[in-house]
Amino acid sequence: MIAELGLAALWLAAALAALQLVSGFLAARHGGEAAEAELAVLVRPAAIVQGVVCVFAFAMLVCLFARTDLSVKLVAMNSHSMKPMIFKLAGAWGNHEGSMLLWVTVMSAAGALIAIVERRLPERTMQATLAAQGFVALGFYAFLLFSSNPFERLPMPAIEGNGLNPLLQDIGLAFHPPTLYLGYVGLSVAFSFAVGALLTRQVTPEFARAMRPWVLGAWIFLTIGITAGSYWAYYELGWGGWWFWDPVENASLMPWLAATALLHSASVLASRDALRAWSIMLGVVAFSMSMVGTFLVRSGILTSVHAFAVDPERGSFILALLAIYIGGALAVFGLRASTIAEGERFALVSREGALVINNVLLSAILGVVLLGTLYPLLTEALGVRVSVGPPYFDPASAIFALPMLVVMAAGPLLRWRRDRLQRVRRPLIVAGAVALAALLVALALDGPGILPLLGLSLGAGLAVASVLPLRGRNLRRLPLATWGMVVAHLGIAVSLIGMASDTAFSEERLSALRVGETAQVGPWRVTLQSVSPVAGPNWNALEGVMLASYAGGEPARLAPQARSFWAPPQETTESALQTRWNGQLYAVLGKAADGQRWQVRLWWKPFVTLIWLGGLMIALGGVLALLGNVARDLKRRTVQRKAAARRAELAR
Amino acid sequence: MKPWRFFVPLAVFSAFVGVAAWQLTQPKDEFVHSAMIGKPVPEFAMRAASADRPGLALADLKDGKPKLLNIWASWCVPCAAEAPQLAALQARGATIVGVAIRDRPEDVAAFLDRYGNPFTRIGADDLSELQLAIGSSGVPETFVVDGKGIIRYQHIGDIRESQVPMILEKLAEAGQ
Repeated sequence: MIAELGLAALWLAAALAALQLVSGFLAARHGGEAAEAELAVLVRPAAIVQGVVCVFAFAMLVCLFARTDLSVKLVAMNSHSMKPMIFKLAGAWGNHEGSMLLWVTVMSAAGALIAIVERRLPERTMQATLAAQGFVALGFYAFLLFSSNPFERLPMPAIEGNGLNPLLQDIGLAFHPPTLYLGYVGLSVAFSFAVGALLTRQVTPEFARAMRPWVLGAWIFLTIGITAGSYWAYYELGWGGWWFWDPVENASLMPWLAATALLHSASVLASRDALRAWSIMLGVVAFSMSMVGTFLVRSGILTSVHAFAVDPERGSFILALLAIYIGGALAVFGLRASTIAEGERFALVSREGALVINNVLLSAILGVVLLGTLYPLLTEALGVRVSVGPPYFDPASAIFALPMLVVMAAGPLLRWRRDRLQRVRRPLIVAGAVALAALLVALALDGPGILPLLGLSLGAGLAVASVLPLRGRNLRRLPLATWGMVVAHLGIAVSLIGMASDTAFSEERLSALRVGETAQVGPWRVTLQSVSPVAGPNWNALEGVMLASYAGGEPARLAPQARSFWAPPQETTESALQTRWNGQLYAVLGKAADGQRWQVRLWWKPFVTLIWLGGLMIALGGVLALLGNVARDLKRRTVQRKAAARRAELAR
Repeated sequence: MKPWRFFVPLAVFSAFVGVAAWQLTQPKDEFVHSAMIGKPVPEFAMRAASADRPGLALADLKDGKPKLLNIWASWCVPCAAEAPQLAALQARGATIVGVAIRDRPEDVAAFLDRYGNPFTRIGADDLSELQLAIGSSGVPETFVVDGKGIIRYQHIGDIRESQVPMILEKLAEAGQ
């Protein structure tokens, strides 16, 4: 019964999306006095009810997973009655159909939210925006209903479920997909706004202000999702790496890059009325990247560890959706972009100029990542199988990322419209001196490669430069948005220093130890105390207990495990970490090397934790900027309401 | 007059859709081709994984007869599903040597008792060293190795009933 309710709700939501599309489009097109304008009253309610109904459908799916209803195919395929409850719930979106339903649920909820709160834009632009949002949702409903129905029943209930991939049975991972989806979907709202503004030709600062909170919100979630995903890969896969340039990682990085550029150009549009075409273009591109990423991951067209749905039919469906939405939006952009009047002008040496350079460089990095991700697809068409990895991605993205860091350091110090480099010479010299000092220190320590060296140096310079805009300002009166910028830019610098430090200075030791023997890695001495079997709820493991002491200090206890899950059967590595302020010791237990000895892999990674600390700082910066935006909007609304009330008083 | 530069994004995107669509219509090769095909199996020597079969070393693969090299484990469910197909291959004259991945002798013995033992030799690969060296990423996988120890074919996943004749054909080709 629950499954049928869910399916019915999904059909109903699809019908409401169609209503929203038709009424919104006709109302926006004719507007004013035409008969079609009366349809306008339907648009917002349709969006709100659609959101409610779709959330209900998703709740039904979660309910099926909570009860482990094995008559439903999706539950039988991806769950198991013995799983801990939290992973039963997470199982609802740990698969293709469920995650697509989550996607459209978040999207329709976002549509409902805009319908409720957004009152700033001209009503016609609003109708066009909601029509676009309904159009995108409709495609996803069709995809769910026709080719990946999450509520499908089995002819005979299964006796027991298949379980969930053990790699995914991790609390961090349970919430990783929803986080990224919130990001993707926030970008779908930005996309709808961009299309709405293009259709009604109203690309104004108000439009940018309406779009900005959504972009910021999406960007915050993407940042958190990428940071958390990277940390998960780091401790769960047991290789000590934190970024693999896997197609799926790239699928989350590309929208982030586009959203970063969009965020900056939307800010310029909101406050200076410049970069109109850029903002629209990036709004379309950011969501395109979310969809292209989804397509690559879900079509099985690229081989990746995450590709849940390896199914060409689904791939074709998503590709068709892509072609319709993105192709359509880009065609409208091509036709309409020239009719968007050029915004305010500015000189190259100005804050807008720095932001344009920033946009170009971010777009270039995006191009590098996209090309590397799609390259196997192109060569395969020519019959050659290649896999593109760090040897391409690292230098190719660094070429554009390093100059971008320089622009990032200088940009916030510049004035709007026009400035002279002379004026900001002193702070730049300070930052440059710090960068040079860091370079010399890194060289003196141990000659690392050229990229980590430049990373360390520019990271240090940027860290100093990013706090310089605070000079001579009254810190208590500073707008939250400025604090957000400072914290986020500092976060980039911190993260970069962590990456460069780990690449340059980490030490690895692989040894075969008898119980009682000791291995040395960097400043650590690690003694293997015991190896014993332990049992978990749905796995058995060998646990190695080790005592690690840093530079002869107090020993700490580490207990890495090699786990064997039995539903489905799979082996995973549970690494053990010992964190100090200056880095992490990373320990992995391998198998018995012979009757007596155990394989032990140890890494000492100086300052590696800065990578994720920086990621969280970037997200925090986003949160501060978002709070600043929302506060300013609320204030403006109150002022407008009061003014309207006073005018009404006077009129009486 | 529309400036052409505004259509660049559309052109790039259309090219992507074209390539992707063309790729999707291609029959998708289900297998990641081992880069090792046509290459010799690297040097190795493994202890026996069970009491009643000898261990496995490179020399055993170079005795002039083509063989199936089956990578499996007692803790793997598809390996159990594959057992009847291995038995059928053995009955039709294939020589099968096994490599047990990260396994315990008592588990191996229990598995073979329950599902039959088609192997002439079973080596124990406790650290997945050979598995990784010959480009195998999971269990079960089956390699066709010719009499000189050169890898001729890699089959990823369990061998299904319908695939048995194909595997025999690959084995015959390796023997020519």
